[in-house]
Amino acid sequence: MTQVCVDAVMLESRASELAARSIKGETKSAWIDLAISCIDLTTLEGRDSPGRVRSLCAKARTPLPGSDAPSVAAVCVYPNFVGIARRALEGSALRIASVATAFPAGQAELAVKLADTEQALEAGADEIDMVIDRGAFLSGEEDRVAAEIAIIKKRCGDRHLKVILETGELGSYTAIRRACDLALEAGADTIKSSTGKIGTNATFPTALAMCDALAAFFRRTGVRRGLKLAGGIRTTKQALGYLAILNETLGAPWLASERFRLGASALLDDLLMQRERMRTGHYTRPERIPKD
Amino acid sequence: MNSSAYAPALEGTRPIIRTEYGLFIGGKWHAPQSGRYDETIDPAHETAIARVAYGGPEDIARAIRSARKAYERWWAPMKPATRAKYLFRIARAITERSREIAVLESMDGGKPIREARDFDVPTAAAHFFYHAGWADKLEWVLRAGRAPQPLGVCGAIVPWNFPLLMAAWKIAPALACGNTVVLKPAETTPLTALLLAQIAQDADLPPGVLNVVTGDGATGASLVAHPGLDKLAFTGSTEVGREIARALAGRSTRLTLELGGKAAHIVFADAPLDQAIEGVVRGIYFNQGHVCCAGSRLLVEESILDETVARLQQRIDRLRIGDPLDKNTDIGAVNSRAQLERIDELVRSGVEQGATLVQQRCDLPERGYFYRASFFTNVQSSHRIAREEIFGPVLAVMTFRTPEEAIEKANDTPYGLSAGVWTERGSKNMAVAQQLKAGVVWCNTYNRFDPASPFGGFRESGFGREGGIHGLTEYLA
Repeated sequence: MTQVCVDAVMLESRASELAARSIKGETKSAWIDLAISCIDLTTLEGRDSPGRVRSLCAKARTPLPGSDAPSVAAVCVYPNFVGIARRALEGSALRIASVATAFPAGQAELAVKLADTEQALEAGADEIDMVIDRGAFLSGEEDRVAAEIAIIKKRCGDRHLKVILETGELGSYTAIRRACDLALEAGADTIKSSTGKIGTNATFPTALAMCDALAAFFRRTGVRRGLKLAGGIRTTKQALGYLAILNETLGAPWLASERFRLGASALLDDLLMQRERMRTGHYTRPERIPKD
Repeated sequence: MNSSAYAPALEGTRPIIRTEYGLFIGGKWHAPQSGRYDETIDPAHETAIARVAYGGPEDIARAIRSARKAYERWWAPMKPATRAKYLFRIARAITERSREIAVLESMDGGKPIREARDFDVPTAAAHFFYHAGWADKLEWVLRAGRAPQPLGVCGAIVPWNFPLLMAAWKIAPALACGNTVVLKPAETTPLTALLLAQIAQDADLPPGVLNVVTGDGATGASLVAHPGLDKLAFTGSTEVGREIARALAGRSTRLTLELGGKAAHIVFADAPLDQAIEGVVRGIYFNQGHVCCAGSRLLVEESILDETVARLQQRIDRLRIGDPLDKNTDIGAVNSRAQLERIDELVRSGVEQGATLVQQRCDLPERGYFYRASFFTNVQSSHRIAREEIFGPVLAVMTFRTPEEAIEKANDTPYGLSAGVWTERGSKNMAVAQQLKAGVVWCNTYNRFDPASPFGGFRESGFGREGGIHGLTEYLA
């Protein structure tokens, strides 16, 4: 696999140009619903409890009672809550994603990571969000990182594997691109930007670099893999910016929850607010949108 | 290709446009001696926007007289720090009225509002800010201890591709150094220059310090021919530049010429290709290719030719061509019917001479002067499309195998304005850049501008520099 270099100046300039696209009217309405349907509604807190996960699931099913807003794509929880989510989402088409492999730092023995994954899968997770070993990646042990991804993917079988690169820790866009290429080659179904647990989360240029990697993978293999952006995505404006980047690099086949996800929680409320505004012409009171 | 389907996002601001504009001379608006007014056209809709006075030789003489008077009475003797205040005031007014100016620029010239808004107007304001800062420092930085000597009355003749920005490039340094100006905007794009005159008037700039005389090539010729002119700064075609140089030969009038170009854009196999493709696209399709420093000859290393061509083709299909006032438009209207015909003629010559034409696959608006983003492969250095400035969205793709060959091909042109180099190897990048005969070389980027950076060409691209300290010296004795 050849090393692809990324020029930071042009990447950032192009990303900000795309993110500044003026998304209005019917495109905005359609993309707000698209963004909602691509959300992995997430709770990954130390204070998570069965009750909190159940209310998250209720919101995932029906984001705004009494409206025709679509449901989100999935809920994303720790492995120990997968069973609870499973029961709460019974009868719905919503998917359950679980972080695994010693999320968020990925600092554990492979056996522990496998057990972690195992537990999530057995409890009924449809999708696994694994983290890569950034320490190994940065010290040049790329084979080890790739092997770990391949092992976890093997264990997942036909269930969906998202590989979290934690781009904020990788140091350069060229390294981010390298990690994307490596994860895709190793079998990741989706490459994911961040855990949301460190200072630097998804950014527009990072998203663009990841889209470029997915486009190159598609050119090389004819296979369309997915993208998940997570961390710090709170506003409709941000979500529309990411969709514009996706649209103008990868194009329409990626504008669906099979190939695109937004890992978020508060974003959903803002999307619902903007959705109501597009329909009624004025902003609704924030209190009308249930918090969880 | 369905990515072009964004709902319309029209810029809502509408500038106040008068039905008729006079000449701005001595701080006041005057009817032209000739009584003649010409229409200025919105090239995207082929509709008249306003009637604009046609300046003749008498009007030019009047403007020169008023500029001379302003120079002697007020502007040259003024404390440099006070001159700076006026320039700051103009810069701030441009910033405050930026949206209105951008819309006007887009309507009158056809460029996308996104570019007018994000490039033309802020860069023009930046030039006034930058030169305002210089006004009171010239004495101590350029000619330590000796008061800087302005030249007198400066003529500025600017083209239609960046009407406001090119005017700013000339007016800001001229005024900062203590000169006064007679500006002759291009006949197809006079409106933002006239708005700038309005801004100068609102800023209480002393009458006659900035004069704007609209008209065509003959008006420009009258300006060049006037014996009261101490300096002329021209940006435009090499052909007209030659005429001006001839007219000024043997006279003491100082001259700077910023003329055409046929820039080489070199992409090595070890370039960051995703970004290089973007750089190439911006290099040639920015402002519909109406850019003197456009990267119009792509020199790509042979081993990545196929991939580059495939990627370029895919990329141009995603460009949005259409209403310049839509905020998502990437390619607006060609400036005039005459320019559209010239582009078309050159593209035909390319096809006739055996090059392969690739064009953006899209619908064009029914009205207006639009041209699809295009590029040619199988181009030989002797083809007209590889030698002549097309000044449109048309790229000639050629190949090379070694750095030496790239340099040789890049320099194989009568022009020498700009060039671009893409490679991740810094040493190679610098070594190649050093050997390119061009006034500006962009490394791993393209079309970047800053008022502090001098801009100008070699050979048939002209002489003299605009911007930075180098640019200031062109306005000092």
